[in-house]
Amino acid sequence: MLTILFDGVAYGMLLFVLACGLSVTLGLMNFINLAHGAFAMAGGYCTVILVNRLGVPFALGVPIAFMVTALLGGLFERTLYVHVYARSHLDQVLFTIGLVFMSVAAVDYTMGSSQRFVQIPDALQGQFDVFGIGMGKYRLLIIVICGLLTIALQLILAKTRFGSRLRAAVDDQRVARGLGINVGAVFGITFAVGSGLAGLGGALGAEILGLDPTFPLRYMIYFLIVVTVGGTSSITGPFVASILLGIGDVAGKYYVPTLGAFVIYAIMIVVLIWRPQGLFARSSAR
Amino acid sequence: MTTPVSALADDVSAYLRRRARWSPLEIAFWIFAFASIWLFPSKYLILKDAVILALFALSLDLILGYAGILSLGQAAFFGVAGYFSGLVAKYGVINEPVIALICSGVVAAAFGFVTSFLVLRGSDLTRLMVTLGVSLMLGEVANRYSNISGGADGLQGVDMAPILGRWNFDLYGHNGYIYCLIVLFICFVIARRIIYSPFGLSLRAVKGNALRAAAIGIPVNRRLVAIYTVSAGFAGIAGALLTQTTAFCSLDVFSLERSADLLLVLIIGGTGYLYGGLIGAVIYKLLQDWIANLTPQYWQFWIGLMLVVIVLIGRERMAGWVAAARGFASRLGARVWSRVGPHSAALGGASPDRR
Repeated sequence: MLTILFDGVAYGMLLFVLACGLSVTLGLMNFINLAHGAFAMAGGYCTVILVNRLGVPFALGVPIAFMVTALLGGLFERTLYVHVYARSHLDQVLFTIGLVFMSVAAVDYTMGSSQRFVQIPDALQGQFDVFGIGMGKYRLLIIVICGLLTIALQLILAKTRFGSRLRAAVDDQRVARGLGINVGAVFGITFAVGSGLAGLGGALGAEILGLDPTFPLRYMIYFLIVVTVGGTSSITGPFVASILLGIGDVAGKYYVPTLGAFVIYAIMIVVLIWRPQGLFARSSAR
Repeated sequence: MTTPVSALADDVSAYLRRRARWSPLEIAFWIFAFASIWLFPSKYLILKDAVILALFALSLDLILGYAGILSLGQAAFFGVAGYFSGLVAKYGVINEPVIALICSGVVAAAFGFVTSFLVLRGSDLTRLMVTLGVSLMLGEVANRYSNISGGADGLQGVDMAPILGRWNFDLYGHNGYIYCLIVLFICFVIARRIIYSPFGLSLRAVKGNALRAAAIGIPVNRRLVAIYTVSAGFAGIAGALLTQTTAFCSLDVFSLERSADLLLVLIIGGTGYLYGGLIGAVIYKLLQDWIANLTPQYWQFWIGLMLVVIVLIGRERMAGWVAAARGFASRLGARVWSRVGPHSAALGGASPDRR
């Protein structure tokens, strides 16, 4: 029981790191990016290549994966996404689904369609036994890393100048522009960091989530659930939503394995009907 | 009867009647469609797929192009009716395909009616998530009850009786194709009737601006529920056709790819224009066939590239090209018509463009 809770929290933390970039881009530009999972997959495969083929230590491979996907995200944002912000939601959906299809086929072509695993160092394998609760070392590491990241993100958003600019831009883009904030640049940086975080999540989560070319399609719905249920106005909303989703999914798969993800989808629909703007949205949002 | 209101009503009905008239180009389109039965006897299977896809695209166009509901879950209705028609045939509940088809359509429409209340609230993203969630949930349910649905192996052992007790589904797909084409035509005529009715006009008002539509007395939610139900019924008929003609149904009827491909079909053909889905389906199927021949495994890449390029070029610009081509074709059609038909004067100016 507690082990499930523990695994669920680890899973949820991972989902949060994967999806928080998406929540900011959606809130800031009202842009529906279904291709977010493709960046996570890029991070995962980047780590696979670095660690398995080139023999880079795991502890170094993961940060490099972050950098690479952040650069990739920044590049895509500047060259492709920029043209689509002002379009209708239908165009955005089509565009990003197209990117997903391309990334799936491209990875299939270059890396093969079988599932890949990152070689984790021996020191991280095995379990602790605390009061009869089996805690996987690797999962514990994920919780620690993701927890630290969350705190760091929260601090950046709340305390730094960049964070206040970002919040201003999310709240009201036009006024922020009027005050001299370069919204485009803020958005570009945020998009890059968000993609990088997705890549980091993909790198860390390759072991738990499973890494194969269909990754962006399989987890797209999960990221979107985090964002829509959590709302886009704060970072705590998606955080709570992803922890709940993680626990719910792990528990659902453990107790009613035959129903699979049915429970999650059902909960999502109920929440969205009940509160279309998300569970934690501020009532006065625009 | 000479009050201004009734004069206005006369105006509107005259306007609707004028727009609802079949243009020569449309007649030519359908003659060509039915001529394909004799023109391309070796292509029945791909043509049949295109016809089913066309009907499916038509159903999405009704809600996306005319009512403005962005949906990624049209596959739900396709799948529900697909499984329904497969199951009734397998267990011999309803053997006759046409009756089974109608029943499947009704089942899908009923399901559409129930779920339509879910799409009334929220933004585009919420609708997207809810519709996608519904179809994914159904996929999970079908997977769960694999003793009934056949699970990942698909529903096998569907044995179809002859159509109307006379025509068998043959191996070459000849009768199957004719059957699909006739069903598509009937559904198209119904959809056309709906679009050119006052009801269709009010839908367009809702799409333009729901708030204003409500202000001039259009019951917005009831209109949306109605069209969503009809669209679900059409999607269901398409799904049932697929099951009946292939005698097979698998879990991928609920997949996201199916709904996403459908959007691509509509984008190729153009939304808010009944023939868009039909033309898009044919082009899409031919393209897919061609690309799949070139690179069997990675055709998805090129489909994705096409989506990205279409959006980057801009649908408006492409719609402009299509409109220009259509204008040219209708002028051409009118000229040909004026030589053939004596009553051409009335039709000469009627362009099929109805944006």
